[in-house]
Amino acid sequence: MNEITIKELLYKIADDQLILGHRNSEWTGFGPLLEEDIAFSSMAQDKVGQSQAMYQLLHELGEAEPDTVAFMRNEDQFHNCQLTELPNGEYDFSLIRHFLFDFAYAIRFEMLANSSYEPLAKLSKKIQGELRYHTMHANTWIKQLGSATEESISRLQNSLNEAMPYSLGIFEPSPYEAELKSEGIFEGEEVLKEKWLAKITDVINQTQLQMPDISTLTPKYGGRKGKHTEHLQPLLDEMAEVFRIDPTADW
Amino acid sequence: MYSEAQILEWLEEVKDPEIPVLSLVDLGVITNIDINEHRVAVTMTPTFVGCPAIDYMKQDVIEVLNSYGIDNVDVQVNFDEPWNSNKITEKGRKALKEFGLAPPPKHNLIVDIDILDNIECPNCGSNNSVMKTPFGPTACRSIHFCNNCKETFEQFKPL
Repeated sequence: MNEITIKELLYKIADDQLILGHRNSEWTGFGPLLEEDIAFSSMAQDKVGQSQAMYQLLHELGEAEPDTVAFMRNEDQFHNCQLTELPNGEYDFSLIRHFLFDFAYAIRFEMLANSSYEPLAKLSKKIQGELRYHTMHANTWIKQLGSATEESISRLQNSLNEAMPYSLGIFEPSPYEAELKSEGIFEGEEVLKEKWLAKITDVINQTQLQMPDISTLTPKYGGRKGKHTEHLQPLLDEMAEVFRIDPTADW
Repeated sequence: MYSEAQILEWLEEVKDPEIPVLSLVDLGVITNIDINEHRVAVTMTPTFVGCPAIDYMKQDVIEVLNSYGIDNVDVQVNFDEPWNSNKITEKGRKALKEFGLAPPPKHNLIVDIDILDNIECPNCGSNNSVMKTPFGPTACRSIHFCNNCKETFEQFKPL
């Protein structure tokens, strides 16, 4: 097993979950209704917790402690896709991002549950069950608001169009696709993308939303290589503020 | 030397910090106990990966076993035998119900939205209920409404 290939895979997964988890937590106290406030806060807790477990696997492979990895890196050392770092925007954007991201990750973990890298397979199997609640939540709202009023439909449609090129960035190819596949660690971003497209198209077709023609879109790549939008560094500064002042702070 | 049964009996004293009527043994999060002359090694697994209570539970396990004179206690947390809600014992399910929290329905490890409606209301026993949201006050609880007694109740989520 080549550790570099595993680490690259673990870092992008962990960073995606940490950054989106942080964005989700920004809904705490601001949700459009109490249940949604709790839902995004709860998903934040799940995602940050899952990222911690991924950083722990990295730690076992010789990387620094999870807290150090999470709080002490700068933006060019983060491997999250740009979709996760975009500001929450209005609720429609957060909802669409949640829908697009969580279906991709539900499928990613389903694939990784069969990984030849056993620690990752075990953890993925566990996370897969938890994500069912996230996709269930996304599904319920997309189906409901995607067929409700003119305003809800047009808001979701605009957000879908805006988020789609960034969503394609989830599947930015790794330099190690061939090794990951031949070693049975992960079937690859392309396989994941095809499964994801089938799934989200199926849900969107049950609403009055239109699936954007992805063949005309340029995916927003770069995140996996540390190239980010202007929105990531301020998020990291805020997230790490306490840790950077006092690494031993406890509560 | 201690027996595994003895250790498990003592661990009955360690409760879930958020559900104080439920022991870790009945919750099903103790996955292995290894005893030798010099130490007791306990393996645990969290209910949800991001469960913030796991560190408290780990500490409580050490303290309870220390109180019975076992000085060398080693607690490991891993996902070798991942938790699912079918692992809650019958005694645990009864305790949850008495606490006012609907126990999770048994499932075939694929949780479908269908099994989340018509949960038995812990207040009146009616199954005429709907899930309001899969996310409750802790990662492991969902919120339901009973159409019969018109009370809102929580369920320990099936996972």
